[in-house]
Amino acid sequence: MKGILRLAYKLLVNDKSKFTALLLGITFAVFLIMFITSMFSGVLNHASSTIINIGASLWVMDPAVETVSNSVGMPDYVLDAVRSMQGVKYAVPLYSGGALVKLADGTYQSVTVVGLDDTSLFGRPELIEGKIEDIYAESGFIVVQDAEFPKLENPHIGSELELNDHRGVIVGIAKVATSGLFGIPTLYTTYERAIQYIPNPRYTNSYVLVEPKSASDIPQIKQQVEALGYRARTKEEFMQKTADFFIYETGGGTNILIMTAISFIIGLSISGQTFYTFILENLERFGALKAIGTKGRDLISMILFQATFTAFTGYGLGVGLCALLIWLARLRLPSYAAMITYSNLAIAFGMVVVIAAVSSYVAIRRVLKIEPFDIFRG
Amino acid sequence: MPNIAIQASGLVKWFGEGEAKTMALSKVNLEAQFGEMVYIVGPSGSGKTTLLSVLSGILRPNDGKVLVEGVDIWGLNSDHLADFRLGKIGFVFQDYHLFPRLSTAENVAIPLILKRKEWDEAIHEAEKYLDIVGLKNRAELPPVKLSGGEQQRVAIARAIAAQPDILIMDEPTASLDGDTGQAILSFVKKNVLNKDRCILVVTHDDRIYEFATRILKMEDGKLKGPEERVA
Repeated sequence: MKGILRLAYKLLVNDKSKFTALLLGITFAVFLIMFITSMFSGVLNHASSTIINIGASLWVMDPAVETVSNSVGMPDYVLDAVRSMQGVKYAVPLYSGGALVKLADGTYQSVTVVGLDDTSLFGRPELIEGKIEDIYAESGFIVVQDAEFPKLENPHIGSELELNDHRGVIVGIAKVATSGLFGIPTLYTTYERAIQYIPNPRYTNSYVLVEPKSASDIPQIKQQVEALGYRARTKEEFMQKTADFFIYETGGGTNILIMTAISFIIGLSISGQTFYTFILENLERFGALKAIGTKGRDLISMILFQATFTAFTGYGLGVGLCALLIWLARLRLPSYAAMITYSNLAIAFGMVVVIAAVSSYVAIRRVLKIEPFDIFRG
Repeated sequence: MPNIAIQASGLVKWFGEGEAKTMALSKVNLEAQFGEMVYIVGPSGSGKTTLLSVLSGILRPNDGKVLVEGVDIWGLNSDHLADFRLGKIGFVFQDYHLFPRLSTAENVAIPLILKRKEWDEAIHEAEKYLDIVGLKNRAELPPVKLSGGEQQRVAIARAIAAQPDILIMDEPTASLDGDTGQAILSFVKKNVLNKDRCILVVTHDDRIYEFATRILKMEDGKLKGPEERVA
């Protein structure tokens, strides 16, 4: 069988123009599918950046919350109530809001301010400069060094800034796992300072972060929070909720679905047509092989091998091209919102398998139908 | 080995149905022995190629029987029939049907590869057959770089590579000039035909009749007139 597959391989790759056209078709289709889904994955990941960076396992919020960046304030008693619930190891408040920083040239820059629980500093970022305890210093803020960092004129430790007409001092520089979606810098401070600096409605508690005693306590905590009129969501559920908002409420999901389907149809058309043409041009030779004594299953193996080899090579090239383009984009835009996930890879792989299957099916039908007698008749 | 290579009796083959029905073979009986080079000659449309196809196991007759070395080939299932063609029959097609994207040696090696020989071993063996047909120095070239006569010799090398007992040649000189055609058939008779092999040739090129051991004439789907024994 190895020899027959090698024969199939040579028949395929020695026809350089056809093979190149086939590869280009599949590579292009995979690239489109990968790039579109990667962009969407990147957007969803960045949209959930606060959830990922804070890292709490259970989040308590107002039922109206759709995404992590659109919090609805909760009264202080929610925190106390959650702390007293069965199965809760500890619970801390989190503030998340927006503020304006006045820059040296007099213009203003929007920032996200995350207020961490004063006692525990739960959800604090990893510092690359400075000491975490300096967050308690007067007007202390920690700035995240990400792609948006230069928008605050590249502050360093000791830099002063004017935030909502209050004085702020940079006491630390941090890094986080994921940058935000909206292209604005992030500052961390204590919960008390955050609500002091930023004008707030009556309720200031954006989220209550909960650490359950064990994972098995999560269902009962959720029930108790629900009874209180609020919602408790695990990290994964909250990320999914945020993703669902972008997929279903903004039309983003539909657009991605349409673009992915178009990429698939383009890929299938180019590859299917080219592969079919390749088979048609070799039909007489396949007929000759049949006449010589090639069994139907050997011909099927040859065609399947050719289709699979082309599809997987095109898949590799398409994924590689997509990764290269994302890498190049990140050289220019470090927080470029595109990421290749296992799901993207699986979707593109599935589509490539379908392209290979459809192309082979059509080709196999044609080849099995040819009569060796037609070869004799010319 | 019994001396009778092919024994066909009562072969009937028609194409189409109703008013479009055309009789291609009408009660044809034929016997060919090992060591013979039998020509089937006749005008176009007389049924020569149909007869060759039925005898070689690639076109099922509507009636009649074909025994090759005593085996009723039309009683075999499709897989066994394919094995039979691969093991017993060598084909030289009218248009050669060589693979233009493969080298000459790879083309010749195809039947060996289909017989599950290792690639390198098959190529090595194919080169021996290319040597027999005088084309060893062309082994690496693609067939399109060869002349018509050379391509025909490659086709012959491919046909005999699996050492078949029966060689089928369909209009072997159709694409060749007279001298080349004669040279090819002379070569086949000297180097390919032997006492353990039977060669069937379909042709209407009377310039090569001299190489036949026996000539059968076909007309309107029937073998006509007395056989002509040439040598």
